[in-house]
This record gives sequence, C-alpha cells and structure tokens, in this order.
Amino acid sequence: MKIVIVGCGKVGYALAAQLSAENHDITVVDNNSRVIEKAQETLDVMSMSGNGAALAIQQEARVGEADLLIATTSSDELNLLCCIVAKRLGCRHTISRVRNTDYMNQLTFMRDDFGLSMTVNPEYATARTIWRFLQFPSFLKIDSFAKGRVELVELKITENSVLNGKSLDKLSTELHLKVLVCVVERDNRIFIPKGDFVLREGDKINVTAPRSELTKMIKTLGISTQKIRNVMVVGGGRIAEYLAEELIRSGVDVKIIERDRERSIELASRYPEALIINDDGSIHDVLMAEGIRETDAVVTLTGIDEQNLVISLYAGHIGVPKTITKLNRSEYSELFSDRELGSTVCPKEVIASEIIRYVRSIDNSDASIITLHRIVDGKAEAIEFIANAQTTGLDIPLKDLKLKKNILIACINHDGKIIIPRGMDRISYGDTVIIVTAADEPISELNDIFEDNN
Amino acid sequence: MNIKITLKYLGYLLAIEGAFMFPAMMIALFCGERTALTGFAVTAVILLAIGVPLSFLKEENPTLYAKDGFFIVALSWIVVSLFGAMPFTISGAIPSYVDAFFETVSGFTTTGASILTEIESLPKAILYWRSFTHWLGGMGVLVFILAIIPKSAGSGVSLHILRAESPGPVVGKLVPKMRSTARILYAIYIVLTLLELFFLLIGGMPLFDAVTVSFGTAGTGGFAITNNSIAAYDSYYLQGVITVFMLLFSVNFNIYYLLLSREFRAAYKDTELRVFLGIVCVSVLAIAVNIWHTGQALCETFFGALHHSAFQVATIVSTTGFATTDFNQWPAFSKMILLLLMFIGASAGSTGGGMKVSRVIILAKSILSEIKKLIHPNSIKLVRVSGKVVSPDVVHSVNGYFAVYIALIALSTLCLSIDNFNFETTFSAVVACFNNIGPGFDMVGAAGNYSAFSNFGKLVLCADMLLGRLEIFPILLLFSPSLWRRTK
Repeated sequence: MKIVIVGCGKVGYALAAQLSAENHDITVVDNNSRVIEKAQETLDVMSMSGNGAALAIQQEARVGEADLLIATTSSDELNLLCCIVAKRLGCRHTISRVRNTDYMNQLTFMRDDFGLSMTVNPEYATARTIWRFLQFPSFLKIDSFAKGRVELVELKITENSVLNGKSLDKLSTELHLKVLVCVVERDNRIFIPKGDFVLREGDKINVTAPRSELTKMIKTLGISTQKIRNVMVVGGGRIAEYLAEELIRSGVDVKIIERDRERSIELASRYPEALIINDDGSIHDVLMAEGIRETDAVVTLTGIDEQNLVISLYAGHIGVPKTITKLNRSEYSELFSDRELGSTVCPKEVIASEIIRYVRSIDNSDASIITLHRIVDGKAEAIEFIANAQTTGLDIPLKDLKLKKNILIACINHDGKIIIPRGMDRISYGDTVIIVTAADEPISELNDIFEDNN
Repeated sequence: MNIKITLKYLGYLLAIEGAFMFPAMMIALFCGERTALTGFAVTAVILLAIGVPLSFLKEENPTLYAKDGFFIVALSWIVVSLFGAMPFTISGAIPSYVDAFFETVSGFTTTGASILTEIESLPKAILYWRSFTHWLGGMGVLVFILAIIPKSAGSGVSLHILRAESPGPVVGKLVPKMRSTARILYAIYIVLTLLELFFLLIGGMPLFDAVTVSFGTAGTGGFAITNNSIAAYDSYYLQGVITVFMLLFSVNFNIYYLLLSREFRAAYKDTELRVFLGIVCVSVLAIAVNIWHTGQALCETFFGALHHSAFQVATIVSTTGFATTDFNQWPAFSKMILLLLMFIGASAGSTGGGMKVSRVIILAKSILSEIKKLIHPNSIKLVRVSGKVVSPDVVHSVNGYFAVYIALIALSTLCLSIDNFNFETTFSAVVACFNNIGPGFDMVGAAGNYSAFSNFGKLVLCADMLLGRLEIFPILLLFSPSLWRRTK
C-alpha cells in the first residue's frame, strides 16, 4: 500500500518504521530537513522536506495516488488541513492526530465534514490504557477482545507463585483453570510455549482467559485483588487530565502533583474533585509529605522518562502496590524488565498499534481484523479475526491444521461462547478467533496463519 | 566496520560474480577455447566456494550506518576486480596479473583504458567477459545486489550503499523501497541496452560484436573487440546509433523514470539535462566547423565532419572512449574542447564518469553568487538548480569535492611522471583514467594504449579509475583507521 506520513516526530517515525517493515511504500513529509534526513538514512522510506499541508508538496509526494495519508504533526489544525487537501487530491483514507480537548467533543461532527477515516488522540488513548491497568491492578498489562468477553493479561511469576516450577498442562489438570498461556517472555526472549513448558521465577506470561475465568484465576493464583481507591499522579499534562476525568467519574481519589503553577491552577479549576499539589514531584520529601507510602497506585506522567522511572522504581521499592510509568522512549525498557518496575505505557506505541490495526484492515478488505494488540513491547501481536467464507481451515479439528511457526490460536468465540481451544475444537463460520503471533511476517488475514500447503 | 554484514555483502557479490562467469564459460565451450574455459571455470569455482558460505552469515546488527556503506562499496569494488582479473591470467590471455588487474579495473570502472596491443586474436570468451565488466560496473555491482537480495539482509536500509556507489552530488531514491528503486534502475538499463542491441543488429552488425558493443556503450565503458575500435564498423548508421546511445546512457536515469511516470514537465525543466544537451550541441558544432575548415581525414564534407565530431564529443562527454578516428591528429582547438569535456563528464545518476554536469552547474552558480556577494556584501544568494534551492551543505560538499579532485589529479600526475613520458601523455593518461574515459592524447590516444607504463604507473592509474568511478570519498575513507575498527 502507498502511505504518506506527514510529520515525522515520535509517532510519525514509529509508524514509518513499523509500516515500512510491513512492506508498505512509505513517503515521509516533514518541514524539518534534519528529521527527514534521519528517517531517510535509517528507514527504507522516501522522504520529502516541506509543509505537508501545502498542495504543491502533496502533489509532489503523489498523495493523489496514495491509499492512506496519516497526519501526525504537532498541530491539530495543520493535520486537519493535510487531510482535507489529501482527500480532495483523491487519497483513499486519511487519519489525523487531533489532541486538543476543545476539538474532542466535536470529533464526530468534524469527521463527517472532513471525510476523515479515523482520528487518533495519543494522550486520550494513553489515559484509557492507564485506566484499564488501574482497574486490574494485579496484571502488568491487560487488553480485551471479543467485546470484553476475553481478556489478555500479562503477569510476572514471582518466587512464591503457585505457578513457579509448574508445567503449563498442570494449569487445567491441577488448578482447573480454563486459561491459555500464549506467550512467555524469559530473559528478553519470546516463547510461544507448548504444554510441557515449565514456568519459573521471573517469567512474564501473557494469558488469555474468558472474563469469568479471570476472577477465578486471580483467586487460585493468590494474587492480591485489592481495589485501587486512591491514585497519585506525578506530572499534570494532558494524559493526567484525561486520566483524572476517568478516575473521578469512577470515584477514585486523585492527587496530581504538578510543578507549573499556572497549569496547577488550570487543573484545579477544571477538576475541583481532584487534589492538585503545586510542587516538584521528583523531590523525595514532596512525595513523602503527600503520602506516597499510603497510596494504592502511583502513575508517573512527567515529560522526562528518567524522572518517571526513578519515581516509579522508588514507589515500587517502598511497597506501593501498583505503579504505572509513562515512557516516551520504549527502546530502553529492556533495562528494567527484571527490576521491580510495574506497568509501563508508551504513547507512541499505543497510537502506532491503533493505526496499524486500521492499516491492516484496509489493506485487505476481507481481512476483517477486529482487534489488534501489540504485546511484550511489540515483540508479539494478538489479533482478533472473524472467520469468513474464505477462511480455509473451517470445521477442521485444530490438531489437523498446520499453523506457521510461532503462531498460536488463543481463543475462539463461538456465538458468545468462549472456547480456550484444544485439539478437537474447530473454527466455524462466523466465529471470531484470537491468534497470538511472534512470526516475522505480518498477519493481515486469518488465512495467513496456516502453513502453505503448496 | 560491521564485519559480519560486510562479509555478507562481499559473499553475495562474489557469488554473483561467479554466476556471471557462466555465460563466458558457455561461449568458451561453444567456440572450443580450452584455456579460456579453464580460466573461467577455476575462477567461478573459487568465487562460489567463498561467496556462497559468506552470504549465509547471520548478521547480529543488520543496521548499516553511513561508514559501513562506504566501506562495503570501496572494498567490494577492489575485491571484485581482484577476482575478475583471474580468468585473464589463468587463461594466459594476459600473462601479467598486474596487467590483467588493470584491464579488469578499467572494465568495472567503465574506463575502457586497455593495455592490450592486439585484441582480435584473444579468445571470444575473454572478449565477452571484458565487455561484460563494463555493463555490470556501469550501473553498479552493489545496486544489482540491492535489486536481488532477499529482503531480510540489511533490512533494506541500504541508502548508504546507493549513495556511495551511484554518481552525483545528491543521490536519492526513485520510489520508497530501496529494492524497487534498484530494480527500476536496472530495468531501464536493461531495456536501453536491448534497444541498442536491436538497432545494431538491424544495421547488420554481427551478433557477438553487437552484444559487446552494447555492453561497452551501456556502461559507457569503451572496450571494443576490434583493434581499431568502432572505426572497424564503417557505417554512418552503426556509428550514428552508437553516438545516440552513448548520449542516452549519459543522461540521469531519473529523467527516464520521470518520463515513464508521465511527468514530462519535470523532465523538461531539469537544468542538468538542458545544460548537458547545450554543452553537447555547442561542442559538436564548434569541433565540426574546426575540423571541416582544416580539412581533416574523413572530414572532407561538412556532413562527415559533423558525424565524426558528434561521435567524438559523445564518446568523450559520456566518458565511453570508443573511437572512429584518431582525434589525436585534430587541431589544437578541437583537442582542447575534448579535454574540457573530459573534465565535465556525464550527468549525475547516469552510467558515465567525469565530474558530472550537475557539479559543474553548482560550482559555476556558487562562483557567480560569490561574485555578486562582492558587489552586495549583505545579500543572500542561494544556488538554485531546476528551480529548487540547493542546500548549502551540498554546495559546500561540491566545492570540497572539486578541490580534492584537482589535488588527486595533480598528485597522480606527479606519481605517473616517474615513468618519464611526455607531458601530454602523462597528464592526459591521468585525466582519462580518473574520469573513466579511456583514451587520452598522444601515446595513450585513440590509436594507442597503456601497455608502455611500468607496473607502478599502472597501479596508480588503477587507483585513479576506482577513485573516479566511486567519486573519491569511499576509496579515500579506506585509508581512515577508524573505519577499520570493528563494530557490531
């Protein structure tokens, strides 16, 4: 597919890298020629410097022949203008980043007017992700499928865990859990495990489970299920704002520590229910004075990764049950994988996976991807498909199907009945199927998971 | 230097060079040339034995940085020439290995300078290989690899390789994917070569001659398989076809891509193309009048003068080096024009050598803006080409390139003067090799050759040819110790 990306910042670059690796023809436009030079040298993309909203530049970038234009510059207005011009030139789909709250409420209205295929808001999406983490504090990550009927959760095997030293088939035979461990991350390597795989301390496992089974699993595994009642947020940016809104709505106490006075006043006027502290959240005394020991969860959202990391590590160290760290650069996260760092969230990846899901679904019109989540730092993907008439493996017992390497069928949703599949189960027409892949090539339709017979 | 990825690329390269020896082996088999067959068979086996295992190396870090690109390109060209010379020596066609190396470097760099005094008696397979090196070197060996290697190797981030191997001040991709760019370039190249072959065959040229001449023209090389080059095909039509194709191959290939994607306006507005055609027209007319007026051999009629002037201008400006007549006998004015054309050379992004028209344009314009700046000291003067501002970085690098270029020519002339030939021979030999043309003046003129130089002199000229083809910096960087430091 031909894709033009306007604006090569964090999100633009991450998208260009991922999409060009998925074999699309990418043209990147940015008005900063240094950024463009960088993209040109490190990625297999074409680059152009100039104002991406200008007609002449878009014509030169051949937006008219492109299948998709993604506008991710720092300015909402510029992004929208890009999309209008692109649509007029005949670009099939347009995606715009719109982050201003003032525009958020009129998004649907604008979407129709501008012919936008999709709008993305990194801060909002990130806040939603954090909010979901806080709902299930026992898990490092949580993604849902099949309209919330199936959850994919990530948890770490601790020394005292029931699972430590157990092989996977014992999960159902001994513990009577109807769940499936689909990915194990050990020493920064990814395994798609078989039944005889033995778990050990330090493994991070990704488990798919029907929602009903999730509570049972939490109980069986003896994971603490304390509900989060108060949250301390360090850094009062846009993400904090969206997050505060969600938390307040569900009656959680919110404390936001923000350094900038003007911003603090603005936050205080907007969220009277929240406690806004105007102080430097990176200072130990401030954290102690505000009772970091007594909070249920700490979310670090300052603009500086190092600061976020240090505060979260410290919070984990003194025993805060749940910490969530925002990282702008996820590249270094492997440094912390075996330390006591709780959940992490990376806005550019949240957005990139949202857009990539969309790209894959328009790339192949019968592909019918419903959901796509990138898990274990983007090293694997969990994708939900609808099995349609073109699907080749219909009504064949799974044990007779040949799947490609590093692919696993994690769950089948048959008319709302959630099946954690075994050898005798089969995929029927109309089912939704969740697959987990750590394969090299991108999976854009259900048939891609089967080994080619020819 | 990323040792694994460098070796991997070298592996691909050697394997491909080995594979390309098969047609030559077939010819040797067909013509019953036993010595040539052994030469190619032995070399091909060695190449495949080294190359295939290396190409399966697993790189730890597939990212190519700028220095890796330069390093791989420079090393590849030297290694490919070292192995490419083996069939000449093993078959006994060129007994001295230094001579054979000179001939191969001259082939791959599309120079066309030869140390052979007697060409026609050589085995056909050897002649084929000699001309084929032109074709492969013209568009670039590594660009060919980029077009065919599986996607995983180097992860496609190979812009640095394209930049180091393709000529011109600014090298960019035609389409977003590197592999597609390389394929488009080679597709254009192959189609143009086949077209020339077709037109030559129509004109009644024997098949073998037509194939080798097409290779020589396409790469703008200049090896012929007859002792008196293209003069052997005494036909205005054949020589005319070659003239036209020499010029076609010295146009930036981006222009053909623009034409194919129906962007005629952009192609028409291209400053480099206009200047290039302007230079060619003016030179052809000036020389034609000059040689017609002074009544040179074969130029008694004005049409004859125009024909030979056009051929000679095309052969020099495209840096091919074919000959239809001995221009060494021409008057000084014509010879001076040809000497100037040697420096200018072909367009950027073509298969030709020389300084490149686009560099000359940028140089001229930056000099003009310097002069204007003297009159209005605070004025801002930007260099524009094809209506677009050339970034000061590029202007700067072009100025730097010119300075190094002149310095290296001076240095090489000094080294070559040890062989104690007259000034015209020494200087023009360096200029002709550095700019990948082939024939110079006097002893190394269209009717002469390079056999009289000492081994040292030949190696100096080899270095010049490589420096010229790869546009100096990749080869110079080989002498930088930091490039050899091992990285992962």
